[in-house]
Amino acid sequence: MHSEDVHKRFGRLEVLKGVSLEVTKGETVCIIGPSGSGKTTFLRCINHLEKIDDGRIEVNGQLIGYRQKKGKLVEDSERNIARQRTQIGMVFQRFNLFPHKTALENVIEAPVHVLGTPKEQAVGLGKALLGRVGLADKVDAYPGKLSGGQQQRVAIARALAMGPALMLFDEPTSALDPEVTGEVLSVMEELARAGTTMIVVTHEMGFARKAANRVVMMDDGLIIEDGTPEHFFEAPTHERTKQFLSKIL
Amino acid sequence: MHGLVAVDWHVIWQQVFHPSHVLFRTLWATVYISVASQAAGVLLGLLAALARMSRFAPFRWISGVYVLIFRGTPLLVQIFYVYFAFSWPSLHFGFWTVPDAAIAGIVALSVNEGAYMREIIRAGIDSVDRGQMEAARSVGMTYGLAMRRIILPQAARVIVPPLGNEFNNMMKNTSLVYTIGVFELFAFSEQNYSQTFIADYFLAIAVWYLVLTTVWTFIQALIERRLTESERGEELSFRERLENAWNPMAAWGRGIQHR
Repeated sequence: MHSEDVHKRFGRLEVLKGVSLEVTKGETVCIIGPSGSGKTTFLRCINHLEKIDDGRIEVNGQLIGYRQKKGKLVEDSERNIARQRTQIGMVFQRFNLFPHKTALENVIEAPVHVLGTPKEQAVGLGKALLGRVGLADKVDAYPGKLSGGQQQRVAIARALAMGPALMLFDEPTSALDPEVTGEVLSVMEELARAGTTMIVVTHEMGFARKAANRVVMMDDGLIIEDGTPEHFFEAPTHERTKQFLSKIL
Repeated sequence: MHGLVAVDWHVIWQQVFHPSHVLFRTLWATVYISVASQAAGVLLGLLAALARMSRFAPFRWISGVYVLIFRGTPLLVQIFYVYFAFSWPSLHFGFWTVPDAAIAGIVALSVNEGAYMREIIRAGIDSVDRGQMEAARSVGMTYGLAMRRIILPQAARVIVPPLGNEFNNMMKNTSLVYTIGVFELFAFSEQNYSQTFIADYFLAIAVWYLVLTTVWTFIQALIERRLTESERGEELSFRERLENAWNPMAAWGRGIQHR
């Protein structure tokens, strides 16, 4: 993932003021920062759930959401954007599971109907993925019957089922009870160890310290610090980062 | 004519328990006109609802004008205009013929129904959490696929109860197409009345309308039960749904909000 000078405005309010970030294959990058700093917006721009007003974002060398036309960037067709999104898994703060489908149906929905994977093969994959997130026994449960932590793990399996090159996590544990955040974080740590490329917006400093290769601090629409967890937590250079860390640690 | 209202039970008994072939034919006409009009009305309503939510402004205007006109003018006027302003073909399916007046009636009822269904369907789609569309798109679905696979099935739970009401109205509204010469249930009673001056023919077909709407109540309860499969537990039982459909106050008595 490569982003260059990304700008995003909501009306008059400029939420992203030129965000440039490079994430290489296999890396886990945590984005932290106070609320309103634009970290969630930036994440949503990466799979074009938000349109960017300026700059460019590439995933796997492919420009996201736009194409070059006569030297200018124009928004890409819906079909192409949809195809690009199959490469980018997203896990939402509020899970957003499909409530009318069982855990397994949630996971195989897109492989079957978007990628055209044969149903049997998708079911095999879906069961394996649900097993990987520790829910082998909940295959036929509807989301309404699952705890928040279980729902979020199904959501992770659903995103993984597309075989994405990049996984985005938007505050995946913020809507969870403290006692179940652990089960979601350990699934994510396992993914990070297995070499999944991940960008995680989070307030979980423990996770950032343990699982991230890099930690990025955003404030007021800009990246103000970018470094290894050791550097970030032991010797932050920016005054704002020190302030932020002293408040939450 | 009568000083007292005297009900001729014999006529009613005959028409209800020993219906003639003619009555069955008219009953069938009422059923197929209702079903065809409602089905087409739902489709039109869906199109109009999607147009209403379109990013392309002219679609939104067309949808608005459509609803304004067809909800704002009498159904009877629409039926007459559709029948007399255009020429309609009769359709033949083997031994079954659908006369031109019935076609015109179905068209008028459908277009009218679509205007009412638009709001019901839009409310249903609006009731689905925005995150559902985002989740669907994040796994690579296009707008159309996400609508079909994710949004509409969830909207259906909200749409079906008022849709059931609409269909109930539809079965009764089909009696209006009698005025353009469709031989349906009401026409049957009217014809018999004008030959015999026995008003109880009207009561007899009222019983038949009641049978139709009651059967529908059962079917609707079954459909609603199917749609809430994924949330068993908080869901009302089949019997409770029937009770609600029969008598909204039954739900109040148990302290459950009637939908």
